[in-house]
Amino acid sequence: MSTHGFDLDALNRRPWTPAQDADVALSVERLNLSYSGKPALRDIDLSIPRRRVTAFIGPSGCGKSSLLRCFNRMNDLVDGCAVTGRVMLEDTNIYLPTVDVSQLRRRVGMVFQKPNPFPMSVYENVAYGLRIQGINRRRHLDEIVEKSLRSAALWDEVKDRLEDNALGLSGGQQQRLVIARTIAVEPEMVLLDEPASSLDPISTLKIEELIYELKSKYTIVIVTHNMQQAARVSDMTAFMNLGRLVEYDSTDRLFTNPRQRQTEDYITGRYG
Amino acid sequence: MNAERKRLYLNRRRGLGHWIRSGEPMVWFNAGAVSFSLLAVFGLLWLLAWHGLGHFWPRELLEFSVNRDGEQYTVLGEQVSSERVSGEQLRAAGVSGVDGQWERRRLIKRGNRDFLDTDFAWLLDSSIVEVGRPAGVMRVERLEWGNLYGRLVRLEDRGTPLISTTMDSAATWSRFQSLVADNQALREEIRDIEREEVGRINFAMERLRLRERRLAMSDEPLPQWIADERRALEADYDVARQRLLTLYEQRERYSYRVALADGREVTLPLGQVVRAIQPNDMSLPARLDYYRVRLWEFLSDEPREANTEGGVYPAIFGTVLMVLLMSIMVTPFGVLAAVFLHEVAGQGRITRVFRAAVNNLAGVPSIVYGIFGLGFFVYGVGGDLDQLFFPEALPSPTYGTPGLMWASLTLALLTLPVVIVATEEGLARIPASIREGSLALGATRAETLWRVVLPMASPAMMTGVILAVARAAGEVAPLMLVGVVKLAPTLPLDGNFPYLHLEQKFMHLGFHIYDVGFQSPNIEAARPLVYATALLLVLIIALLNLAAVALRNRLRERYAALDGSV
Repeated sequence: MSTHGFDLDALNRRPWTPAQDADVALSVERLNLSYSGKPALRDIDLSIPRRRVTAFIGPSGCGKSSLLRCFNRMNDLVDGCAVTGRVMLEDTNIYLPTVDVSQLRRRVGMVFQKPNPFPMSVYENVAYGLRIQGINRRRHLDEIVEKSLRSAALWDEVKDRLEDNALGLSGGQQQRLVIARTIAVEPEMVLLDEPASSLDPISTLKIEELIYELKSKYTIVIVTHNMQQAARVSDMTAFMNLGRLVEYDSTDRLFTNPRQRQTEDYITGRYG
Repeated sequence: MNAERKRLYLNRRRGLGHWIRSGEPMVWFNAGAVSFSLLAVFGLLWLLAWHGLGHFWPRELLEFSVNRDGEQYTVLGEQVSSERVSGEQLRAAGVSGVDGQWERRRLIKRGNRDFLDTDFAWLLDSSIVEVGRPAGVMRVERLEWGNLYGRLVRLEDRGTPLISTTMDSAATWSRFQSLVADNQALREEIRDIEREEVGRINFAMERLRLRERRLAMSDEPLPQWIADERRALEADYDVARQRLLTLYEQRERYSYRVALADGREVTLPLGQVVRAIQPNDMSLPARLDYYRVRLWEFLSDEPREANTEGGVYPAIFGTVLMVLLMSIMVTPFGVLAAVFLHEVAGQGRITRVFRAAVNNLAGVPSIVYGIFGLGFFVYGVGGDLDQLFFPEALPSPTYGTPGLMWASLTLALLTLPVVIVATEEGLARIPASIREGSLALGATRAETLWRVVLPMASPAMMTGVILAVARAAGEVAPLMLVGVVKLAPTLPLDGNFPYLHLEQKFMHLGFHIYDVGFQSPNIEAARPLVYATALLLVLIIALLNLAAVALRNRLRERYAALDGSV
């Protein structure tokens, strides 16, 4: 375990619900990524613990979003992007050519920086992923939509306007709708790419509370440049700089007692 | 700040240089350009409306006593226009008795083409002795020979005058009107029988002939039922013909006697009368009602007299049907091509070259498309279709001749680049985040395209269709090669199976304008119709566009773009 930088003591010191296993949900081995020949990630090795919140922090352009987008192969959509190394999700390297990318993305959901609801009703937004899977029975859909919206702490706000266009919701509501849409397909992992960066403080707080709620069921990885946010919501934190993983540790330790000079400079605001 | 510096400062803020730098002149130029464009558009519409819509108004009839070179005569008719011409010009044209530097002359529509050599005459003001506005003169619109102007003398029934003691001129007039109305009903009945019953019989006969020919070509024995059916059809035809003959005879029964302006009296068949009025005795409501009837006739009736009289309904029908067919053909092709270019193909050099080629297609002159349509669609594809599916009709072609389908296809080809470009722009405007959102939920690219991208791009597709409709509805040149005719005997949509006859030729408003304006034997009579038809074409294109715009706005509301709305 220590090879991956895990500190079970640190994990166990935090007040979680009992009976959680802290095994590895996803592990990255010697990952290199380049855009049209320009390297963006170099020799990344790390493991993401199951049902915990892991935060990636670092200055702009350090590669934290690129790394996150490797976990559900969203980088495949970028022309000229080349990946070497392995990303293991339950003993399968997701970069093997035999892997069904759609299937992978159902297991590893993603929420983006800017809320991106589809221009459809609130209901259809949440049902979208299910309809893709061929689930069209109204009662079944109703059930999952309600459950997902409740999990995303949005149900009470939208239960009377399920048929309204989702674009009419506020930014914070839209982002929670996107989260509801993501968890409606029951993924194992949820990737959050700066989910609160375009939101006001109150909406940000709601998202953070939501993340805290969700980690009992999902493995969560969050990219953020807000260090306070990382400190508030995450169990593990990875600090990245210039495409390298500089330090990866329990959040407590990384913020209070960083081992690397670079990390200390960054979190104390002397750098970046 | 001392006085000198203050002066310099103020100078900097005033003066021409400052005014130009402030951007104010640009605002004025821009506003001027907009005003000029608006003025041009409204000027165009006003000109068309002024010249076109006045035509249907019942102008009063004037009687001119003319004395030219000692010769006295009377002209009865409508004054169409008046203008000032130089005496020089008139003398050079061989008009005698012109002394002055300038002369005024009036253009009079005097009608009676069957008794005078021309139905329009120029009268010099200097030769007019007296102008009167007599009561009791009538204007008769006829099926042939144009308008008749004169005084109603009496009515005749099979050559014997209809005279009763109580019949004064008012009673004669009202009897005349009721006979004209009866005659109108009679004519409609005749037309219905000719068009529907006889049309159906002819259609069935032709199918039977083709059937027989096909059987003969495959050396099969002719079954008995063909002969039976033919006999049945012939019997049907005899019945219809008998009915028609009776009706024809009824139509010939009455005639009317008219005193012309020059004193002659002539007897004319009443069956030829479309409508008769006494404009000088009409009240304003009656005039308005007449105007309404004429305008409706223009919109709803068929043309008469080499398209210079009557209505333009078949041309309206043909234009709209052709544009609709064109839209139905061009939309799927354009959208598929745009989706391929933007979503499927890699954005490499070949795609760029291909896209440039598509864009340049929009600049190819339309007549070139017409030639292509004729050579490829009509002679090539159409000829092959005939060989394959309609060999029994040869040598007369079925699809191997210009027709509605080829015209629509040619225009679809012509407007394809517009739809492709507009759709591609729409696809490009959809934020990448929306596609990523869909892909991140496990949708494949095809599912994302079908469920999210295409619905969101649908307003842009409609924009493409709007542009395509605007362009296609106004095209005339290519149509002349691939399917439009001066006069189509039947509409391409009727009650005979398969109802929509794509191989038929059709009429089109644009070509109608060209035909009436340039190919007409009687240009003075046709001119107002050219304006009216042009106005109608503009209105129809505007209407088609408005319909498409309304549809697009509904789609836009539904799939409101994300950008900026968050």
